[in-house]
Amino acid sequence: MSEVKKDTAQTGSVQTTGHAWDGDIQEFNNPLPRWWLWAFYATVVFAVVYWFFYPAWPVGDSYTKGGMNSITYKVGDKDVTTHWNTRARLMKDLQEGEEAVKQRQYMQKVVDTSYEQILSDSSMMQFSRSVGKILFTDNCAACHGMGGAGVIGLFPNLVDDDWLWGGKVEQIQTTLTQGRNGFMPAFRKTFTEQQMDDVVEYVLGLSGHEVNKEMAGRGGVLFNGEGGGCYYCHTKEATGMHSVGAANLTDGIWTLADVPGQKTIDAKREAVGKIISNGVNRQMPAWKDRLSPAEIKVLTVYVHELGGGQ
Amino acid sequence: MKFKHESIEINAGLLIALTLVVVSIGGLVEIVPLFFINETVEQVKTADGRDAVHPYTPLESRGRDIYVREGCFLCHSQMIRPFRDEHLRYGHYSLAAESQYDHPFQWGSKRTGPDLARVGKKYSNEWHTQHLIKPKSVMPDSIMPNYPWLMENTLDYSDIRARMQAQKAVGVPYSETDEEYEANVKRFGPEVAKNLDILYAEKNLLKQAETGNYDGDKTRLTEMDALVAYLQVLGTMVDFKSYQDGHFSEFR
Repeated sequence: MSEVKKDTAQTGSVQTTGHAWDGDIQEFNNPLPRWWLWAFYATVVFAVVYWFFYPAWPVGDSYTKGGMNSITYKVGDKDVTTHWNTRARLMKDLQEGEEAVKQRQYMQKVVDTSYEQILSDSSMMQFSRSVGKILFTDNCAACHGMGGAGVIGLFPNLVDDDWLWGGKVEQIQTTLTQGRNGFMPAFRKTFTEQQMDDVVEYVLGLSGHEVNKEMAGRGGVLFNGEGGGCYYCHTKEATGMHSVGAANLTDGIWTLADVPGQKTIDAKREAVGKIISNGVNRQMPAWKDRLSPAEIKVLTVYVHELGGGQ
Repeated sequence: MKFKHESIEINAGLLIALTLVVVSIGGLVEIVPLFFINETVEQVKTADGRDAVHPYTPLESRGRDIYVREGCFLCHSQMIRPFRDEHLRYGHYSLAAESQYDHPFQWGSKRTGPDLARVGKKYSNEWHTQHLIKPKSVMPDSIMPNYPWLMENTLDYSDIRARMQAQKAVGVPYSETDEEYEANVKRFGPEVAKNLDILYAEKNLLKQAETGNYDGDKTRLTEMDALVAYLQVLGTMVDFKSYQDGHFSEFR
């Protein structure tokens, strides 16, 4: 191979760069491929054209803004025209983009339609389901889980048919809009150890656990009397109260104490006791500043459906 | 003397220096003008004429250090671009003004996890704490690693003044003298200015941790407190509702 190269170099059919190292090592000066060269010139031409249409060159404390390439978007009823820039382009896209317009029409329809009508209209439900799922994933799933199953002890399960703050659409909408403060005082200092055990026994008995009747009896007196005052929020029937987010204690659903997850009755006692002694202080944030009323409405429908609604 | 290319090629030092000059031109022509163009960093004023974006409080600043230490920026960006899909998912696009006190900025270049530029106030402190200890416990699909030591490590703030002074040296308006403090009061308002005073750094840090109770454990000051405090302020300084639509496109 080297023989051949040397030969062509010597015959002069390919030019060399003219350098010679160590006496006889030379370098070919092959021309660039034609197509490559023209493509390169084309990019240069493109760049020059670009300068005229798009923001390009810095000039002092400003820059050339490009011409014949303005973007017009609306602010209120007024049209604002500006030189090409990505922020204005976003404004226009949000206002006039094909998908944005379509989505807005649907959203407007949601706003204009009552919950009753949405819930009975299959195409509206389909839209609410698909948009609601995205909104839920982005905003709610972080706490309540992708499927809405929540985390026992922290975030309520939205898939069961038990509602802390009410499962009617109006109640769900209020929950989403304003957020909720779940509060139960700590009874650590109110109850003696014996009293605490009694109340725990009573509470477990409410949901059908095998308990010590005598202890539960004393616990019931505390629960339904001024000693504990639990009935203020949980009611005398212990079915809870939606207006203050007090849980229904008579069903098998637990959002804070992981009773179903404990194998022994003693572990169940401990789980319930912990909640009563430490109290509850948990928050659901308000979404009115983050989501539009239309988005909240869609989410309301979505969450309502998750839990089978009321 | 006639210039000979050979004189560069046979002088390694000169060749390196000149190569660096040539290679850096591409970057320099893009970056340098931005320091001179007036509209690069937007003027973001509140209704009463103060700067909306202000430097981090001592606690948030420590949280930011931990964010950097743990390499959060490797998976999380803090830069919402002006596209409709990002607008819908993350909120208003990021402004240059919002990261003007970040040294170094945390824009990131890879999103393995979601963008965090506006994560502030989106989730509760409780959620953040739980999520950082064990992300899978709240997001079963998450691939984020666990950071349980944040809750175990006591926050070291012994060098908070030195850290703030270092930030000050690169242009962050923390105050040390009375004049600087007064200037901050004018610029950011008295409430914010107090937190920017290096002389009260420890006191302010403890006070914010105490009132904020970010990690849910009042008895200890942990690294979790600082990191959650930082996460909760991200993207919350500018109240976009108070500006007309399209206001910020006037800066471009």
